[in-house]
Amino acid sequence: MVRMTEEKHLPQIGEAQLKLLERLSNACAVSGDEGEVRKIVLEEIRPFSDEVNVDALGNVLATRRGSGELLMRVMLAAHMDEVGLMLTHDAGDGIYRFDTVGGVTAIDLPAKAVWVGKEHIPGVIGLKPLHLGNSDDQRKPVGLDDLRIDVGPVAGKVKVGDRAAFATVFSQQGGSLRGKALDNRLGVATLIELVKNSPSQIDLLVAFTVQEEIGLRGARVAAYAFNPDMAIILDSTPAYDLPTWDVDENVRYNTRLGKGPAIYVADSGTLYDPRLVRHLVETGEEHGIPYQIRQPGGGGTDAGAIHKQRMGIPSASISVPGRYHHSPASIVRLSDWQDTMDLVTAALFHLTPDILSGER
Amino acid sequence: MTELLPFLKELISAPGISGYESGVRPLIEKAWKPLTDKISVSKLGSLHGYQQGSGPEPRPSILVAVHMDAIGLMVNAIIDGFLRVTTIGGIDVRVLPGQMVTVHGRRDLPGMIVATPARLLPPSAQNIVVPLEYLLVDVGLLPEEVASLVRVGDPISFAQPPFETGGETLVGHTLDNRASMASLTHCLEILRTRPHFWDVWAVATVQEEVTFAGAFTSAFQLHPSLAVSIDVTFGSDPTSPGHLTYPMGKGPTLMWGPIVHPYLYKIIKRMAEQLEIPLSIEPAPHYSATDSDAMVLVAEGIPNLVIGIPLRYMHTPVEMVALKDITRAGRLVAEFIAQLDENFMDKLTWED
Repeated sequence: MVRMTEEKHLPQIGEAQLKLLERLSNACAVSGDEGEVRKIVLEEIRPFSDEVNVDALGNVLATRRGSGELLMRVMLAAHMDEVGLMLTHDAGDGIYRFDTVGGVTAIDLPAKAVWVGKEHIPGVIGLKPLHLGNSDDQRKPVGLDDLRIDVGPVAGKVKVGDRAAFATVFSQQGGSLRGKALDNRLGVATLIELVKNSPSQIDLLVAFTVQEEIGLRGARVAAYAFNPDMAIILDSTPAYDLPTWDVDENVRYNTRLGKGPAIYVADSGTLYDPRLVRHLVETGEEHGIPYQIRQPGGGGTDAGAIHKQRMGIPSASISVPGRYHHSPASIVRLSDWQDTMDLVTAALFHLTPDILSGER
Repeated sequence: MTELLPFLKELISAPGISGYESGVRPLIEKAWKPLTDKISVSKLGSLHGYQQGSGPEPRPSILVAVHMDAIGLMVNAIIDGFLRVTTIGGIDVRVLPGQMVTVHGRRDLPGMIVATPARLLPPSAQNIVVPLEYLLVDVGLLPEEVASLVRVGDPISFAQPPFETGGETLVGHTLDNRASMASLTHCLEILRTRPHFWDVWAVATVQEEVTFAGAFTSAFQLHPSLAVSIDVTFGSDPTSPGHLTYPMGKGPTLMWGPIVHPYLYKIIKRMAEQLEIPLSIEPAPHYSATDSDAMVLVAEGIPNLVIGIPLRYMHTPVEMVALKDITRAGRLVAEFIAQLDENFMDKLTWED
């Protein structure tokens, strides 16, 4: 739904955008091995950018200049990487030990299919049949030591050092999308659309970052390189809007699906710039775009590294809420993605230097 | 000839949890139609395929039972559009979080099993395996949509798509026991072109995973002279104790124990050696955990044989099986049936 009349180029989510998100979600880019997503990003943004390069850590840094001199330099960042696994030991006959990369929890690993390496070689993480254990076994949380990746008795193209990701194929169900790594391919897909539909009163400095999930490494050097006036980070944050164990009121939801983009005020890495938070909230109010304030608390985004770079960079984060991040699949709502796209676009079109002219 | 891999992929992609086998039964019926002389469905839903023997009437008969039911889940409550579930058949609750499923509501709905986040669980449920009662299925729809499409009692199937792995192996859910269904189909194919004196009843049983209801009732109805179960057994894998498992890809297993008639065991073992079909011997000191546990007790008692196909990660949605073992098990049973003659039952004895 187009809510604004003054902006002619509001990106709308249609077939092309969904197709792109699907490609991004099905691609594997475990932190440190972002090549597959980087390739898609470069292909998509090159025709729309004034300058594109891949930096020393593998970030894609692109510039799209506005019209005029001495424009506000606005950095937009979205991380390309996802959590996953790395094969660490070859036990023979197609069996491998592995370690986690980023916040994967062992609870999500038993009896899952995975794609190993750049060619997505299929494998499984099995679990001992319940018949061979006792009932105590089933009460013991599974640890990494109990698990192996098994690619079948003829290993073929798999080797120690390869990354593995959950083998989940993207799908749509009613108003929801389900896929792996929607944290943060949603941010990546949104940012690609923004590059294609950027406002002209600012210089857009776009970073598709690496290694967010293992320490915000890409964002740190990207922010240094750009040296922007401010930054907006696009990510996806957990929605814990599930029934509580006793079906009591859920007051620890973090965010809720269907309530629009989540605006950050405070997380474990950043106390967000109130001037930018205010700008985002007011943009939502003025244009009738749904938004929600993410419950202050843990977690974080690339802002944690960006806002402390150089002499300090005023930062904001906006997330599409999503359930079950870092598991085999996330479930998100299409309307939240569209509302996020609308809010960020409107906020950028209405961005003026005076928003940051007063003291924080 | 039915091509093994596409047939098996089709079989395991069809629903059919215990008690709700009507999703898979037509696929088996279609494959068996050209291989049998008549085909029927029992009162509880088991499929009976009949191949007439060449001997004069009254002929002895052999029943080969392969269960077609699958383990799965069932909706037992709906809360704000989320489903609470119970298990049908034996499932280690630790494999469930993050698992893709199909909810068979008013229409099939793709869903995902999730654990209630730790922050919404009581202190007593922290740092432990999240119990079944706190798992939910999310079908991605709004609460009002879910209310109109799903009811308590709807069956739920696993939805992990099948895929091939190295060394001619297949991964998927419900290979227990659809892998054996491919074996039995292969067996029927062989017997279609081989003379056999005995009548053959190929039976796709229901409800093995819960009560053996199919095996009890079909064995009673068909009243065979002998019965064979083909079922999967524990394949060696990196997570299981080696002494309780059998190598995958190195041939079927032949069970030895109180459920198995020693004469049948002796004959088929000798036959496998002559035909150079590799076998592992599977000692089962108490029960077989197959349809034979039921069939052996039917009417005045039926002598049984149990053939196993080693399978990794049993009762998870990523079971793994070697295709070679499937065809070998089918051939072994076919060869056994083909050598049954007029006097076989007279030779059947408990004494050496």
